[in-house]
Formats: sequence, C-alpha cells, structure tokens
Amino acid sequence: MFIIVVGGGKVGYYLTKELIEAGHEVVLLEKTRARAVQISDEIGSVVLSRDGSEGSALAEAGANRADVVAAVTGDDEDNLVICQMAKHHFAVKRTIARVNNPKNELLFRHLGVDEIISPTRMILGSIEQDIPVHELLHLADLGSGDLELIEALLAEGSPAIGKASGDLAMPEGCTLFAYIRSDKAQPVRADTVFRAGDKVIVIGRRDCEEALHSTLIGIEVEAV
Amino acid sequence: MRAVIVGCGRVGAALAVALDQAGHRVLIMDTSTAAFDRLSPEFRGEAVRGDGTDEDTLRRAGVTGADLFVALTEGDNRNIMAAQIARESLGVATVLSKVNDPMRALAYADLGIATINRTTLMADTILEFAGLAGSGRPAIHAGRGHDHPIDVPFAAAGVAAAPLGAAPRPLGQAGAPRAKTGGS
Repeated sequence: MFIIVVGGGKVGYYLTKELIEAGHEVVLLEKTRARAVQISDEIGSVVLSRDGSEGSALAEAGANRADVVAAVTGDDEDNLVICQMAKHHFAVKRTIARVNNPKNELLFRHLGVDEIISPTRMILGSIEQDIPVHELLHLADLGSGDLELIEALLAEGSPAIGKASGDLAMPEGCTLFAYIRSDKAQPVRADTVFRAGDKVIVIGRRDCEEALHSTLIGIEVEAV
Repeated sequence: MRAVIVGCGRVGAALAVALDQAGHRVLIMDTSTAAFDRLSPEFRGEAVRGDGTDEDTLRRAGVTGADLFVALTEGDNRNIMAAQIARESLGVATVLSKVNDPMRALAYADLGIATINRTTLMADTILEFAGLAGSGRPAIHAGRGHDHPIDVPFAAAGVAAAPLGAAPRPLGQAGAPRAKTGGS
C-alpha cells in the first residue's frame, strides 16, 4: 500500500518506521525542517519538509494515488483539515485522524474522516477497565459511529441474572451476542441463562445505553 | 443581526467595532484577553476569552443560531474547523473563514464554507494600485452548495459536476518520492 503520514512527532515517526518495515511505500510530511532532516537522516529519503495541510504539499507527496492518509500531528484542527483535503481534493479512500481532544471524535466523524484514533480515549478506557464499577464499559466504536461494542458485568443484583437471554427486554437495535463465563467466551442463545459474574458483550446504538443499563445493570450500585 | 467573530486581531477588532456601530449584536472571542485591547473603548459588544475550535466553549458563549460567524484567527486550519463547527453543529447560516492558502480556500468553498483569502486580496489590490491586471480570482469564495450536508464523503459532496474519481482541480502532478522499502 502507499501511505502518506502527516506529522513527524513520536507517533508519526514510529508509524512511518513500522510501515516501512512491513514493506509499505510511505511518505512522511513534517513541517519543521530540523525535525524532518533528523528523521530522514535516520530512516532515509521518505520525508518531505512540508506542511501537510497545504494542498500543494499533499499533491507533491502523491496524494492522488495514496491508499491511506494518516494525520497524526498534535493539533486536532490540522488533522481534520489534512483528512478533509485528502478526501475531498484527492479522493483518498481511507483517512485516519489522531484526535487529542476526545470531544472532537463525533465532530470529525460527522465531517467525513473515516477513522479516528483517540489516545486520550484509549488511556481513559484502560483506566476505566481497571476500576470495578458496575457500569457499561465502552470497548470500541463500530461502523460509521452510531454503533458501539459494549461490555457489561452482571454483578449480584443485576435484573438479568437467572433470566434467559430471550426473556430480556433488550432495546431495539441492540444485540447480546456473546458472554464470558470462567474466562471462556460463548455465543448467547435465546435459552442462555445468565449468572452473576457473567460478562456480556453487546453491540448497540449509542443512544440505547440508558435502556441497556436498566436491563443489564439495574439500579445504580456504588463502586466497591 | 447577531454576529460572532473568532480572533481579535486587527481585522477582527475592526470588524467587531464596525458591526457594533452599525447597531448589530456582536460577540468576539479570542484565546488571549490582551487581544481585546485592540477593541475601541466605545465597543458595546461582548468579548469572551475562549478557544473558538471548542464546540462546548462556542455553545456556552451562545453562538448557537447566530446569523453570521467569521473566523479570523492566524491559523487557516483553526478557522476552517471553527467555521465547520458553527455551521454543522451550531446552526449558523452564514459562515466565513479566513484561509490564506488559496488552494485550501477554494477546496472549502466547494464544501459550503465561504472563505476569504488575504493572499489574493492583497496581491490584487496592489496590482490594481499599480495600474496592472490582477489574478482575476475572487478574494472571497462563496460557499457553494450550501444545502448539501458535509458528512457525506467529501469527494462526492463537492459538486455534482465533479463526481468521485474525476480528477479534481489540477494541483501539479509532481512525482511523489518513493520510500525505500525493505520488501517489494
């Protein structure tokens, strides 16, 4: 594949290195000349010292034949514009933006960026995973952004315990598709009866979270 | 009307004061309070410190439903992002964004964001002053196709005349440097 990486910070630098090692064709755009020279001394002549949000820089990098443009600078507004220019002006099929402010995730998706990577959200998610709060846990976004993958721990007191999956009042558009019991993942069938300690995996729309909460978690339980 | 200006530089401040004097309701925003020193003492509008690319900040400042939104910060990309938030999330009908890169200015006009380009504006004004012909390009590109949603794939959202896959405006087809890759 031919990939254009914009932003030669730590993320862009290691990304470029890994992609080259994996055998891809890569061009890295880094606007600070000193940084660009430093990187190209190390990994070869794949670096252009240009501002990737300028149309002419993307053109020089070969955006009109790029398979992927990954905008990984430290500035959200730059990453947005890089992806939009790539998409709109060069018809690049796949654009990926790093989003530093998690609040920008929905906006970027709405504005046409194909994939959004939020390091802040990831770290947040991993911290939340370690905290035994009886809540729904967001695992990943799916599709174009309205759907998400959710994990729910059925603790004592959950209204789902002792019930068969087919008897649960699931919100429309949500599917219980797997559960984890004793570290074994199993598919959910209509006659699967849930026990305390099961973790269920759900695909659902974001706006169903509240209904899911009352079906799977029940009344608010303080963190133990 | 209700006008919002993001970026209280010389142009932003002058525009805010002029709109205020003309009897409009003006809100001007900047990340630095020192920038508001540029406003004349007669200015009666609101001056709010805040980041114009932050949706929550704009919402709290009451930008929702304003009649005019002008983004005039020093950063092209910041202006573009602020204008898109105003238009897409806050329902502002008329947005104008200062974009000094002519190519970006044109590209965003295609997406419905009107852009003003200082480069063209100044160069043409100087040429005119010297009695010469300008570039013939407008300094303000009106946002075309205001009614198309921006969240459809951009290449398709552009204009009907430029379908996906058709070559966009010529951009100089410079050969791209090839990476020296380990594999083939």
